[in-house]
Amino acid sequence: MNFEFNDDQIFVRDVARSFLKANCPPEVVRRVLEGNEHYAADLWQQIVEQGWAATAIPEKYGGLGMSYLELVLVAEELGRVCAPVPFASSVYLATEAILLAGSEEQKSRWLPKFAEGEVIGTLAYAEKAGVTTADTLETKVENGKITGRKTTVADAEIAQVIIVAAKSDQGDGASLYIVSLEQDGVSYESLKTIDPSMNHANVIFNGASAELLGGEGEGWTLLEKILDRAAVLYAWEQLGGSETCLAMAKDHAMQRYAFGRPIGSFQAIKHKLANMYVKNTLARSNAYYGAWALNTDAEELPLAAATARVGSTQAYYFSSKESIQTHGGMGFTWEVDCQFYYRRAKVLAVAIGSERVWSDKLIKASDHIEA
Amino acid sequence: MNFDDTPNEAAFRKEARAWLEANVPSEADLAGLDEVGRAQFWQKRKSDGGWACITWPKQFGGRGASTLEQVIFDQEEAKLDTPYMGSYFSIGQGMAAPTIMTYGTEEMMARYLPKLASGEEIWCQLFSEPAAGSDLAALQTRAEKDGDDWIVNGQKVWTTVAQYASYAILVTRTDPNVPKHKGMTYFCVDMKSPGVEVRPIKQMSGGSSFNEVYLTNVRIPDSMRLGEIGQGWRVALTTLMNERASIGGGNVGANFDSVKALAERLEIDGKPAIEDTIVRQKLASWYVEEAGLKFTEMRTLSALSRGDEPGPESSIGKLVAGVKGQDMASFAIDLLEQQGIQWDPEQDEREDAVFVQNFMSLPGLRIAGGTDEIMLNIIAERVLGLPPEPRVDKNIPFSDVPTGV
Repeated sequence: MNFEFNDDQIFVRDVARSFLKANCPPEVVRRVLEGNEHYAADLWQQIVEQGWAATAIPEKYGGLGMSYLELVLVAEELGRVCAPVPFASSVYLATEAILLAGSEEQKSRWLPKFAEGEVIGTLAYAEKAGVTTADTLETKVENGKITGRKTTVADAEIAQVIIVAAKSDQGDGASLYIVSLEQDGVSYESLKTIDPSMNHANVIFNGASAELLGGEGEGWTLLEKILDRAAVLYAWEQLGGSETCLAMAKDHAMQRYAFGRPIGSFQAIKHKLANMYVKNTLARSNAYYGAWALNTDAEELPLAAATARVGSTQAYYFSSKESIQTHGGMGFTWEVDCQFYYRRAKVLAVAIGSERVWSDKLIKASDHIEA
Repeated sequence: MNFDDTPNEAAFRKEARAWLEANVPSEADLAGLDEVGRAQFWQKRKSDGGWACITWPKQFGGRGASTLEQVIFDQEEAKLDTPYMGSYFSIGQGMAAPTIMTYGTEEMMARYLPKLASGEEIWCQLFSEPAAGSDLAALQTRAEKDGDDWIVNGQKVWTTVAQYASYAILVTRTDPNVPKHKGMTYFCVDMKSPGVEVRPIKQMSGGSSFNEVYLTNVRIPDSMRLGEIGQGWRVALTTLMNERASIGGGNVGANFDSVKALAERLEIDGKPAIEDTIVRQKLASWYVEEAGLKFTEMRTLSALSRGDEPGPESSIGKLVAGVKGQDMASFAIDLLEQQGIQWDPEQDEREDAVFVQNFMSLPGLRIAGGTDEIMLNIIAERVLGLPPEPRVDKNIPFSDVPTGV
């Protein structure tokens, strides 16, 4: 039995942790949250120089050719500091989409650029409030030109390229396209969201050039596979954030005195923090399962991904809200950092489908593989 | 990262499997035996084959195997249809034995451990009292020195398998005039001693897994003492650490597979209940807990496989499994609607009886071996390092501690 990370992988994690401790202190998150930047471009540049965006890209496409076991640990560390960079959009979504569905030519064209950080990518399928499905898609492509409107796209105004799900009259009812964002026929509606430390915008396509990714009419099936892979990576980033919430709440509970003693000595606080620990521990073990399934491309990846995703989503929401609660009135202020995590927890929770959506996928996946 | 056995583990698994397959008791072997008799038959056969308590040293009836090998053996045993072992041996082997190994004399180890391993002698645990549960150190059972013996008077409670037990581990108060944790002494006691009276407790589920044990002028030789006079609490902690390890998560009847199967069989508004969003949501959350425990165990086993001590994550099992099982049983009853409440506690062969059975029995799992609240305190204090509650009973004589009586 060897259900754990090896020393080399732990080393990658430790390097990432100390790098981010030095280069992404809370002031960096706050700077983006309070300012007009879409993201911390300086930090992103340092991150791509570290090679993190290249982690799981094969060497022949300019990547480092490491495994997903290294990438999940980097994701956890980024989550731990609430890093205001487009890592998830570019690495978990756009890169995975090209890796999974791209032709040899498309891989050779895009992956080296993602690896180097020369290009930032993102992905969009949602078009409305509520659940978007292949049946409800309105974005369409005719003669290589895309028209339609995608809602609340993460990092849209940062990215140079976007993977888009559009309607198809064939197969599963959708096709995926690669669309350059640096062309006429693409415009944005900038958005304000609950987390100004990340960029979100509506993207409007009006006759922009679009290049098919994967087969015509295979788009929704491919999208589900991409999202399963991304879900594991999101789960690790969410777990990292949830761990920070527990650490912050614990530090505060040890230092803050009330009624003549540290509030951490009261069972009401102890039990709250112990419950965070329990949820984080379950989420971590399920995230291991997801990492294993992603790395080995196991048959049960859909189940493992959904389990990891639901576990981390629940844990992060719980820890982020109860961390504020533990901090009392100060936790609710602008000045204290609890807010970063409460915001980010919810943004990540709905980024590729809510807990409800992934719970539904979990049950569907469990039909095929017994627990 | 993988789930594979190392070559040594695989070889051990093969050997264990071969022995188990060749030695599973047949119905003819077990004919005429009651539940405890069947359990003792199987334990004796394992012992004769060298497969009982395999982590123990050979001279005490074990095999000198590692903890991981024990887990592998248990996994292989669980795949076969073997007699139900209940709690007949887990208290003696899992709690009394490690304490005897830590604090007992060579003579005690030689006398008691082999018969614990073979199942010939069942042990019980005389710890909790009517006024000493989560606060075990508030126990009042008195032991007073009388020559080379001790005379014990008091009442113990929640004592599993006391009616079958040959011996018990016992914590007593020997000095009420010092602070509570300092005045206790720990003994082994012969359950056949005059003055030991076992009375079953009827549980809300109708069953009787527990007993009260009354001790009236019970005479215990000083040679049966474990640890120094006044050091009983320290000895008891050794036992309790092993208790929490032995009452693990496990998986009860109301689990993801059984409740999902129920939801596939029943209908809501003319459609399979499994298609209902609320049903799916709840099942998914429980799956996350169930899988989380399973993969937490895999992490623990990986640490053992590497030769490391398991991390603190192994402490969450009982806490999560208890309330999950209870809630899943409750939800299964809801899915069955009006009919869900049917149950004959004496005999109920229906497939769905497992849900009512769990519903009525799992409140006990959340209390036994450390309540949910005590488990949360343990996680908060020992894992997270939060400060203990201030105590009003710590530095005063036990006899001055308020009891509310």
